[in-house]
Amino acid sequence: MKMSYREALREALREALRNDPRVFLMGEDVGKYGGAYAVSKGFLEEFGPERIRDTPLAELGFTGAGVGAACGGLRPIVEIMTVNFSLLALDQIVNTAALLRHMSGGQFSVPLVIRMATGAGRQLAAQHSHSLENWYAHVPGIRVLAPATIADARGMLAPALADPDPVVIFEHAQLYNLEDECPADWRCDIARAAIRRPGDQVSLLTYGGSLPKTLLAAEELARDGVAAEVIDLRVLRPLDMAAIAASVQKTHRAVIVDEGWKTGSLAGEIVARLVEECFYDLDAAPRRVCSEEVPMPYAKHLEDAALPQPAKIVAAVKEMLSA
Amino acid sequence: MLEFKLPALGADMDEGTLLDWKVKPGDTVSKGQVVAIVDTSKAAVDVEIWFDGVVEELKIPPGERIPVGTVLATLREPGAAPTPAGPSAPHRASAVPPRISPAARKRALELNVDPAGVTGTGPGGAVTLADVEQAAATVQTPPFAAEPAPEKIDRQAEMRKAIAAAMSLSKREIPHYYLAETIPMARAQAWLTAANAGRPITERLLMAVVQLKAVALALRQFPELNGYYREGAYQPAPAAHLGVAISLRQGGLIAPAIHEVGDKTLETLMGELTDLVKRTRAGSLRSSELTDATITVTNLGEQGAELVHGVIHPPQVALIGFGRIGERAWVENGALSLIPAVTASLAADHRVSDGHRGALFLIELRRLLQEPEIL
Repeated sequence: MKMSYREALREALREALRNDPRVFLMGEDVGKYGGAYAVSKGFLEEFGPERIRDTPLAELGFTGAGVGAACGGLRPIVEIMTVNFSLLALDQIVNTAALLRHMSGGQFSVPLVIRMATGAGRQLAAQHSHSLENWYAHVPGIRVLAPATIADARGMLAPALADPDPVVIFEHAQLYNLEDECPADWRCDIARAAIRRPGDQVSLLTYGGSLPKTLLAAEELARDGVAAEVIDLRVLRPLDMAAIAASVQKTHRAVIVDEGWKTGSLAGEIVARLVEECFYDLDAAPRRVCSEEVPMPYAKHLEDAALPQPAKIVAAVKEMLSA
Repeated sequence: MLEFKLPALGADMDEGTLLDWKVKPGDTVSKGQVVAIVDTSKAAVDVEIWFDGVVEELKIPPGERIPVGTVLATLREPGAAPTPAGPSAPHRASAVPPRISPAARKRALELNVDPAGVTGTGPGGAVTLADVEQAAATVQTPPFAAEPAPEKIDRQAEMRKAIAAAMSLSKREIPHYYLAETIPMARAQAWLTAANAGRPITERLLMAVVQLKAVALALRQFPELNGYYREGAYQPAPAAHLGVAISLRQGGLIAPAIHEVGDKTLETLMGELTDLVKRTRAGSLRSSELTDATITVTNLGEQGAELVHGVIHPPQVALIGFGRIGERAWVENGALSLIPAVTASLAADHRVSDGHRGALFLIELRRLLQEPEIL
């Protein structure tokens, strides 16, 4: 069945809300407004204000309330409008949600799911457009997911809710309108990376909103006779290093496409691990295609220029392959 | 682009085994520098390059047996721009060692390919996995590490074969004539004793170097004895590089050259002869020493016979022999006396010289040995 990424998320939420009375959704504008990206449109009518809760503009407060609810036995889904705003909630996420199992000597777990939009491309300017997934992927105690396909948008929520520890799900703002077939069996794990396009000359490692761009680049490369393998990381923490290594051991070349800034990025982490674990499989120095290190511009042409684009990916691969 | 080819390290050599490279791509080399070690049937020879340049590519991996004339390496003229290796190549100094990807390095080890000899096609001219695999496919012979063969060569048998080939060629093609002259050595011996009196043992001169110097000076008047006969024509050599026959303890002999003997002092010649004997027996001669001799001198020494009828080493045209210096009954001015004397002999190529000139040469040699102080 063909559906949009937004619809796939909505279906997953609806299913969770229907199947498990402990599940509730909480966040800014999730109720009456139907969600900043219209994911929860119609939910207030369907599930009522007890389970679809509009919150004040107070990320630290309502995220903390979600942690408490999870400790108390519920299965809260906290929506934060964008990753930029989630910085206000970092204390609850990093110091409480991620640590409580450890700090309580295993007595408490925090089965909390936090969803948030990330990324640029919609001309929402610097304070709504950054890609800070790496901040979360840095922290032990939380699992970080980046659904990049309709199937993952549909399938990742259920295992995330089943996880006894906090899970952060990043929904890239540019993916909401993406439409594609949703496979009949959309169930999936939240542990492994996926090969989105097989190839044997270079591994393009990416996630989230950069996946469609990377697939376009791979297609263009194929027209030029370069067989690129596209790996969708899916899980940003813990990284599926086995899948990454298997691909690079096959292709001997890696280009990481990451919308985050290059410095201190997830892409940097992957390069470091490749060098540590796959050094003797590398036939070229790994490359990164990341966002320019500037606040995300508002102007369309500047925003486009600041982001990873298929042409940049193709250029990086060609530089790597040709003398 | 300059090509450095495997030289013939002697007339009897038509192939050799590259044992080791002494340079790598990017190295600047100058004329006369030892760049490789090649195993001939006679010895492991330090091969010198005969021009200046910068090594671009080593074409042959160690362990390979190759015919004379095979291109061993390519070089570019000093100061010439490197062959374009990629967009980022120009900013790299030529002395920077070649870049090799980790995967290529690992694969090279598995395939026993020397990555230093592989041309890189990767970014910045880096050697890639594909380059190594292609190099391994191109090189048919087993890789060097897996081939201990060069050291297993039965050198004695090989040397016997080489001597057999050269001497057969000589006796088959060169119409030898032989002359001999007994030379009084009393003055030379007396002079030598006096010259050595003040020297420590390690710096004492041997009669052999006195004889070598005398031969070289005598040859200045007899260009027809000092040169090469090749393809039906004789080319006299501009200087006398004396091939000195050195017998090896395990049997066989080699006659490497001492260059420009006529221009060197006895002290210098003594040092060079000592060094040459040592290196010949250790099997580490330089290619120029094996190829440059213009005439051979064989000295039978104290343990030897009285007279030698030498066999010329092609393409040379003469061989000078010295027998044992011994006490002889000698008649001079109607009186009989005992003096030390040596029989010097000449074997020469009749295509190039005649007995009359050969005899004059021996007379000149005798004259020079009576005036050792001018040597």
